[in-house]
Amino acid sequence: MSDSKAVKETRSANPATVPESALRPRVEVFEDAHGITLIADLPGVCSERLNVQVDKDTLLIEGKADIAMPEGMQALHAEVRSKLYRRSFALSSELDPDAIEAKLKDGVLTLHIPKRAEVRPRKVEVRVA
Amino acid sequence: MFTYLTNGDRGLFDEFDRLQREMDQLFGAWPQAGIRSGRAGAFPAINIGATPEEVHVYAYAPGFEAGQFDVSIQQNVLSIGGTRKVEPHPNCTWYLRERFDGEFRRAVTLPEDVDPERVEATYTDGVLHLVIKRRAAVRPRQIPVG
Repeated sequence: MSDSKAVKETRSANPATVPESALRPRVEVFEDAHGITLIADLPGVCSERLNVQVDKDTLLIEGKADIAMPEGMQALHAEVRSKLYRRSFALSSELDPDAIEAKLKDGVLTLHIPKRAEVRPRKVEVRVA
Repeated sequence: MFTYLTNGDRGLFDEFDRLQREMDQLFGAWPQAGIRSGRAGAFPAINIGATPEEVHVYAYAPGFEAGQFDVSIQQNVLSIGGTRKVEPHPNCTWYLRERFDGEFRRAVTLPEDVDPERVEATYTDGVLHLVIKRRAAVRPRQIPVG
C-alpha cells in the first residue's frame, strides 16, 4: 500500500552540496493511525540552535551543538568530530506539514507529523450476514 | 536521489555503506585505540580534552535525567554507566530504530595525574560534562634561571 511510504529519507544527488562535517543524527520513526512520530538524538543542541523546516515536501532537521569548552584545551580522544547535525526526509502528501509539533528536551527532538484528517483510516464495520 | 526508508528497498549494501561512512566520520584517522576503547560506535560517544589544570570528559548521552548516570573513577579509569529505555510504543509501525536502547557502561583511561576526589559533573542538553582536576605537582613548572 502506498500509505506505508509516508516518510522517506532524501539524499542529495550531489555530495558536494552537503558539507562533509555534518553528523547524521540517529532517529526513530514510527507511525500510528494519527501520523508519524520522529525522534532524533541531537546531544548538545539547545532550542535556539535547532532548525526544523519543511520546504515543499522535504523535512530538514539541522542543529548545532553548543558545548562549553575551556580555552586552550587539547583533544586527547575524539569520537564526535563535528558540532553540526543534519538529516532530511521527504514527506508524502497525506501528511500535514503545517501541523507538525516539535519538542526538544535533553538533546532529544520529538516531532509529531499528523496525517491530514481526510486520510486517517476509518474503521470499516463488518456486519454478520 | 530518493531512498525510501519505509518500505525496505534500500538493500543491505546500502546499509553497510552508510555504516561505514558513519564510522569514518566518527573515528576518522584516530591513530591508536587504547585497550579500554571498546568497539567503535559505542554509546555514549565520548570526547576527552585536557588543559594543564583539568581534564574534561564529554559524554554525548541525550534523553536522560542528571541523576540517572552512574559515574565512578578508580585511580585514572573513568566509568560511565546507565540505562536508556526507548519507549516501546505498541500498535505502531516502525520504520527506523537507530537510537540506543538498553544498558550501557563505558570506561576510559584518563591521564595519570587526575585527582579522583575533585570531580564536577553537569548535564546540559543531553551532554554529560565531567571536569576532573589534575594534581598540581605534575603541572609543568617554570624554573627561573638566574
